[in-house]
Formats: sequence, structure tokens, C-alpha cells
Amino acid sequence: MRNVILFIGRYLTFFTFLFLQIVSLWFLYSFNQFHQARFSQTANELTGAVNKRYKNFENFFLQGEENRRLHRVNDSLLNLLSQQVATTDTSSRLVTDTLLIDSTRQYRRYYFRPASVVFNSTSSEKNYIQLDRGSLHGITENMSVLNADGSAVGIVVHVSPHFAQVMSLLHVRQKVNVSLQQTGDFGTLEWDGKDPGLLLLKGLPKSVPVKMGDPVVASKYSYNFPPGYPVGTIAEIIIDKSTNFYLLKVKPAARFNNLQYVFVVENLQYAEQTTLDQETRKKIEDAKRSSR
Amino acid sequence: MREIIRNLIRLLLFLFIEVFVLHKMPHLHRFISPSLYFLFLLWLPFSVSPRFLLWIGLATGLVIDYFLQSPGLHASACLWLCFLRPFLIGVLAPRESSEFNYREPSPQSLLWAPYLIYVTILTLVHHTWLTFLEWLSFGSFGDFLIKVFASTAISLLMIIPIELLFPRSLRFRTNVGG
Repeated sequence: MRNVILFIGRYLTFFTFLFLQIVSLWFLYSFNQFHQARFSQTANELTGAVNKRYKNFENFFLQGEENRRLHRVNDSLLNLLSQQVATTDTSSRLVTDTLLIDSTRQYRRYYFRPASVVFNSTSSEKNYIQLDRGSLHGITENMSVLNADGSAVGIVVHVSPHFAQVMSLLHVRQKVNVSLQQTGDFGTLEWDGKDPGLLLLKGLPKSVPVKMGDPVVASKYSYNFPPGYPVGTIAEIIIDKSTNFYLLKVKPAARFNNLQYVFVVENLQYAEQTTLDQETRKKIEDAKRSSR
Repeated sequence: MREIIRNLIRLLLFLFIEVFVLHKMPHLHRFISPSLYFLFLLWLPFSVSPRFLLWIGLATGLVIDYFLQSPGLHASACLWLCFLRPFLIGVLAPRESSEFNYREPSPQSLLWAPYLIYVTILTLVHHTWLTFLEWLSFGSFGDFLIKVFASTAISLLMIIPIELLFPRSLRFRTNVGG
């Protein structure tokens, strides 16, 4: 026993090293669970505050670019105003609706909240973006994030009271359901961590006609992204003879190096859709098990 | 006391450069991710005990990590660096003079050639471990090797001009007072 204590005493520095190394690796590999913990939330608030100051300073130099972009958005929004559209419908007639469900009632599916980016990176394989809006402003996980001009940026993965962390499209674990604008066929958008200027579109069957420059938009089947918003354009078509699917490279529509103001988009039906999905799966699984 | 404040200011400066300059600037190439903050650890005084050095390394790494949103990654690399530092200094420092005459490792205290070896080895260790951890979850072996050497080269390319441009004051430590 005495020898053991002597041994440890002699190599105390080495054991400290070993212990701290284990601690830091534990931080690294339990990132997701650990990230939920209080400590990281405090850290998030602190780094967020510093990042916000820096961003305020940086924005001063980048306003011109952002102004042009906002101008473009305003332009496109003006075209959507109802006063720009005239109705020439003179043949309509009133029909008494006997259905119990009012099928003409409209409901809101997406709610947009503005936010500004306080931290951003494109140089790692796992890029996160930090926004200056958090749970106090109604941001929750799984909301999608669009750039000021409506192009897809990422999905909120974690929130603290004043800040939110977004998993960028430039993240090797990111998977987004997207479709071709022309045909509506859908595939999965991923990133291989190599070139921040090129995303990968997988799972699109070769029967679909694809050209260079075809626009790729958020799919109607995505739970997070509102459909039809631009994601990118096809930049390279790789035909792999061994599969029935294309491997497409997509040039992202958002310029990730230069994000300033973004929209956080809430799908108001998100909870209902996902719970229905889960319950369906459970129901079918249970039915299978009981029939056996 | 002066020593502590000097090093704290240095840490803040390196943190700022790392997070807001090196990490912000447009990507040079996917294989090259320069970093400079570990120079803070290389410049710590000789008088810091090896065990305390490890704690400083962990803290520095974690601060960087929380800014770059990768808890534990840089901390782990810093620990390697801090663990190997005393051994390297022991091997490279001229026995009789430097540790008593100079405060911290610098081209003047270790002389240029040994100092360059010291910096190169520790930079290589830092980048190897960092890239290795990234590579474990992702990537190919060829990418790993290229990335380690490219990043080390670009970091050294920044460190050497820094040493030439900002020679740290060569104050001798006397026996009278601190």
C-alpha cells in the first residue's frame, strides 16, 4: 500500500494530466447531454454577451451589403401585397355550406421572428451559429433559420434565455429534406465537411431530369423549413453507376461567411406533426408485436 | 503580481485574435486552420510548476472551446502541450544559465535553434491531437496527415514573424526582489 502511495506521489503530475485529459474528453464526447446542463448555459450567456459586442462593432462595416439584401427582400415582399392583385372573379356565387368543418378557414402555419447573428463559423466540420434571441423571445429547438433573403441557413438545436445555437447547414450531422423546384422530387441535403461552398444532395432517383443550375428549395415534407424557400442551385452532377441515385453538389443560396440578420421560423404545427408521427410508428409497432 | 497581469493580458489578446480574427477570416483552404492561442502556453514563465501548468492549460482550452463551441476539444490538445512542455524545456534549455537568468521561454533565453525545435514540436503535438480528435469522428487518414502538416506549417509561419516583430523584454531576474 505504501508503495502504491509513493508511486502515485512520484507521478502525481502524470496522473493529474491523465485525469484532466479524461475530463476534457468527457466534455467533448458527451457534448449533447452536457450541453443541456446549467454550466454550459451560463457559458453560452457569457460568450454570447462578448460575441454580441463584437458583432455590433463588425456590423458597422458591413451595413452596405445588408442594406442591399434587405432592399431585395422588401422588393419581393411588395410584390406579394394583396393590393397588387386584382380579382376579376365575377362568376362566383354564394353556396350554403352544409359541412361542419369550415374548409375555407385559413390558419397560420409559420411564424417568422427576426434575429441577428452574434457568432458564426464556417471553418470547422461542425459549424454552429449563435443568435441573439433565446427562450425569453420564444425561440425553441427545431425551429428553422432563414437568411435575410429567405435562403435556408440551419436549425436551432439549443437555447438559453437570451441566445440560441443554430446547427448550420455546414455541419456534418445536418440533414434537411429538400426538393427540386421544377419537379418537386425530394432528397436529403447533407454536407461532407470539405468545401463550405458545396453541399451534397443525396437520394434523388436518376429518373428525375436534373440540369446544372436547377434551383433547390426546402421540401414540402420538411417539418422545420417552410416549403419553397431557396436552399441553393445544382453546381455539379456526379453520376455514380453503382446506384440508382444521383450524387448532386449544391451551391448554397445563403452566404454563410456573411450572415447578419436572419429569420427564425416556427412551424406552429411542429409538435402535432412529430407526435402524430411518433405515435403512428408506436401504434404500428405495437400492433405487429401483439399479432405475433 | 506583475507577472500574472502580464499573462492575463496576453491570454485575452490571444483569445481575441483566435476567436475574432483567425476563426472569422475567410477559410484559406479546407486543410488549413491556423491557430495561435497556444503561444500563450508556450510563453508562460519557467517558474510555473508542471502540475499548475496543466490546470492553466485546461482553463485556456476550455475558454477557447466555449467561444468556438466545441467543449473539450482544444482543452484536450492544450493538456498534451502543457504535459510535454516541462520535458522539452528540460532537454533544450542550456543547463547552467537560462532558467535562472530569464523569466520565460523565448528565442533569447533558449537560443534560436532550440527555441524553434521547442515551438515546432509543441505546435505539431497540438495540431496532431486536435485533428486526430476531429478525424476520429470524421474524415480519411490522408486528409488527417495533410491537415496536421498544413496547419502546423501555417501556424509556424505566423509564430516566427511574431517572435521577430515583438521581442519580449529580456529582463534578468535578480536575487533582489521579484
